[in-house]
Amino acid sequence: MNRDKLIFERGASGRRCVAFPAAVDSGTAIPETMRRDVPPNLPEVSELELVRHYTALSQMNFSIDTHFYPLGSCTMKYNPRVHEKAARIPQIAGLHPLSENAQPALQILWEMEQVLKAVSGMDGFTFQPTAGAQGEFVGISLIAAYHRAQGNAKKVVLIPDSAHGTNPATAAICGYAVQAIKSTERGTVDVEDLKAHLTEEVAGLMLTNPNTFGVFEDEIEDIAALVHDAGGLLYYDGANLNAFLGQCRPGDMGFDVVHINLHKTFTTPHGGGGPGSGPVGVKQALLPFLPLPVVLKEGNAFKLDFDRPESIGKVSSFYGNFGMVIRALVYAKMLGAEGMRRTSEMAVLNANYIAAKLDPHYDRPKNAQPMHEMVFSASRQKKANGITATDIAKRLIDYGVHPPTIYFPLPNVAPETMLIEPTETESLEQVDDFVEAMIQIAKEAEENPDLLKEAPHATPVRRLDEATAARKPILRFKTNNP
Amino acid sequence: MNYTPHTERDIQHMLNAIGVASTDELFAPVPESLRLNALNLPPGISEMEATAFVHSLTDRETSLSFLGGGAYDHFSPSVVDAIISRGEFFTAYTPYQPEVSQGTLRAIFEFQSMICELTNMEVANASMYDGASALAEAVLMAVRLNNHTRVLLPRSLHPFYRRVVATYVRGIDLELVDIPWSDSGTLDIAILKRELTDNTAAVVVQNPNFLGVLESLDEIGDLVNNTRTAFIACVNPISLSAIRPPGDFGADIVIGDGQPLGLPLSYGGPYVGFFASRDAHVRKMPGRICGETTDVDGKRGFVLTLQTREQHIRRERATSNICTNQTLCATAATVYLSSIGPQGFREVGELNWHQSHRALQALTALDGVRQKFSGPIFNEFVLEIDRKASDVLTALQHRGIEAGIDLGRFYPTLENCILTCVTEKRTDADIDRLIDAWRAL
Ligand SMILES: Cc1ncc(COP(=O)(O)O)c(C=O)c1O
Repeated sequence: MNRDKLIFERGASGRRCVAFPAAVDSGTAIPETMRRDVPPNLPEVSELELVRHYTALSQMNFSIDTHFYPLGSCTMKYNPRVHEKAARIPQIAGLHPLSENAQPALQILWEMEQVLKAVSGMDGFTFQPTAGAQGEFVGISLIAAYHRAQGNAKKVVLIPDSAHGTNPATAAICGYAVQAIKSTERGTVDVEDLKAHLTEEVAGLMLTNPNTFGVFEDEIEDIAALVHDAGGLLYYDGANLNAFLGQCRPGDMGFDVVHINLHKTFTTPHGGGGPGSGPVGVKQALLPFLPLPVVLKEGNAFKLDFDRPESIGKVSSFYGNFGMVIRALVYAKMLGAEGMRRTSEMAVLNANYIAAKLDPHYDRPKNAQPMHEMVFSASRQKKANGITATDIAKRLIDYGVHPPTIYFPLPNVAPETMLIEPTETESLEQVDDFVEAMIQIAKEAEENPDLLKEAPHATPVRRLDEATAARKPILRFKTNNP
Repeated sequence: MNYTPHTERDIQHMLNAIGVASTDELFAPVPESLRLNALNLPPGISEMEATAFVHSLTDRETSLSFLGGGAYDHFSPSVVDAIISRGEFFTAYTPYQPEVSQGTLRAIFEFQSMICELTNMEVANASMYDGASALAEAVLMAVRLNNHTRVLLPRSLHPFYRRVVATYVRGIDLELVDIPWSDSGTLDIAILKRELTDNTAAVVVQNPNFLGVLESLDEIGDLVNNTRTAFIACVNPISLSAIRPPGDFGADIVIGDGQPLGLPLSYGGPYVGFFASRDAHVRKMPGRICGETTDVDGKRGFVLTLQTREQHIRRERATSNICTNQTLCATAATVYLSSIGPQGFREVGELNWHQSHRALQALTALDGVRQKFSGPIFNEFVLEIDRKASDVLTALQHRGIEAGIDLGRFYPTLENCILTCVTEKRTDADIDRLIDAWRAL
């Protein structure tokens, strides 16, 4: 089979896969002015052609199931199969969001809320946000609503320079000006710089902890006090919560609002880029503003409460990505308290082992002890042989490893960054293979730099011309036949 | 139960390599005052027990459902779930490394192409979270296009979508203007005309609208085209099998929820928003976009492109904050459309049309049941009865039937009205069962 074709380029006119029973005329016809007479150009393939096509596509992917995937900040841990089965039970998968028979679904949402409260130290959660970024949007909207209710129109959100791009983008959508706070040599928030920015216009500070260098913000209690004294609130981007499970809690650190990525810490599958789930938790004072509806337990029954006059409103069509919540609940129940603690311990152990093994071979821009992930840099290799983080990433592919996250944190914060997060589900043998590959690549960088610059060598396609893709965009398949 | 593979020997070996005595030492950066003594959760359980727990919740009869209102019970061919259950698809991350993500990228490219085909638009993105957030992002994009300050929203827009739009525009100065429906259930064109001022950023139309009624997109297009106001259409993609797409009428942005394209109801999500527009507006669009290019050997390949719109590059000046979207759901919709093809798509459309009209005829033949709005419908309609809708719905529920949505929940003036949906999955026997149960009340 020619693997290069799109589904539109397979099959033949008139060929088909799924058919439906014939409709029996109801006697009512579609009004002439509304009836579609030109059908969309959809593929015409047999079922076998279809299955082969998408199987071939799937084989062009790296995935957790097939490859080590140490993509920093993304927490690519194993996705247990029991979660998939649970979400596909007909009474779950077939449940309509406006059904009056939704007790099981409401119980699942309520139980997961109790888990997240225990893990995070917050007082209440909404599951409406469908991903981390939408969680941020809800979180900052909650902070805005809180300040409005206090009669304070704040104007600024503070964000460390190492933060993820969704943080400033979110603050901007919510109508705030963004000011960046510098990182110290150790990779943590520069408290002096923070102080200099803390005016009464500041609505809050958005922080990730461990931060995007994988370093614990050990001055967090002071930071929280400073922000609160200035009348601001503290937002926790929970992308890195995996390091904290059962060890410590953002709620105890002084955070007022948190989002948690169920598709990271609670291992709901990433799906090639979603669906995710980004539940948001808040402290007592912000509970009235949570999106509506919220789930209430009354006796043994659960209900959706829409009567919330101070709510910021809704952010998703119904109640968020429920199918992800049930997966996460099964995970949480199976782990239990000690399983969670073990999870964070092994995640941090794997990361520190990699850091120790790679320290002689690569620069680590921020030398504080990492938690569950760490940032290495290709700066040494760049100076010596012109090798970039991209080159190392692409060469790793030849070794059968998905590259780490590269150029995050951004080049203006640290050069040629490679953010490595092994997660707890990887074995010592796998981690050793990765370390060995990285050491080999460091050698190759000196001895045969072209090998890196031309990598990857054995993938379905090699390095792609991204400049032309952006300059002359081809964004859809167009048939030649009208 | 947990998923860590470490043996005691592994752990010791790793601790030695790091040069610490215990894993606890690795948490030394966390101040003592913040260390958690005990996580207040029950002990872990086995897979067998977890499975039993889920089954204990769900061990109940499902009812015969005529619910729609933004989430629809359509048939999904077996291949759809089979394909998206492949680990190579569902355990991959966002395709930032194109050389090892061609599978996901090609699926996205096919999705974008199919959305353009369905809507008759020029360009589509890789997906949004769901229909409601896609609409909110469309409104924000309209404001980017023309900097105008008010948006016309039909009262017949899905009430949840309206609330999502209102939440998303809080950060900018934007007036949301309510456009009521006429007796036929369609947008009141006279009021729309009156409200369509020079500073209107967008006119939003839902088709079919929340009352199930099909709008006259041609009339609305005639009003809005050739102004600087954006024409935003929110559509049910399955209706595009039978009904002309908004692209035929000059829509600037077409969005909707792809759930009807083979995705399970799953109590409201995960679904998939789609977002289509005109080539001229592509650099103002939110979300990821996949494009075709070539590799160093001249071979065809696909990448995420036009990324300078996005948060990871543009940060606070990005067109949206979206990062993770709903790729696996988009993949499911793509497989769905490939599996039914143009003929199957037409058949689904005809089945929805005729089954719903047959049900409508049978229901309105019952005593005291009338069709509320005279406008044409696709697969949903509003029934008006002589008492509160909730009374009848509850009684039918006791007979194992969810006959529709109580519109009084959303519109106080419609407390005697029921929104009933009939998809291709509701057979004549199902309709007969509903009629018999209703008659027996
Ligand atoms: C630190 C951080 N913040 C925010 C996000 C955004 O989360 P999502 O992709 O779920 O929207 C991510 C992940 O991509 C992240 O790593």
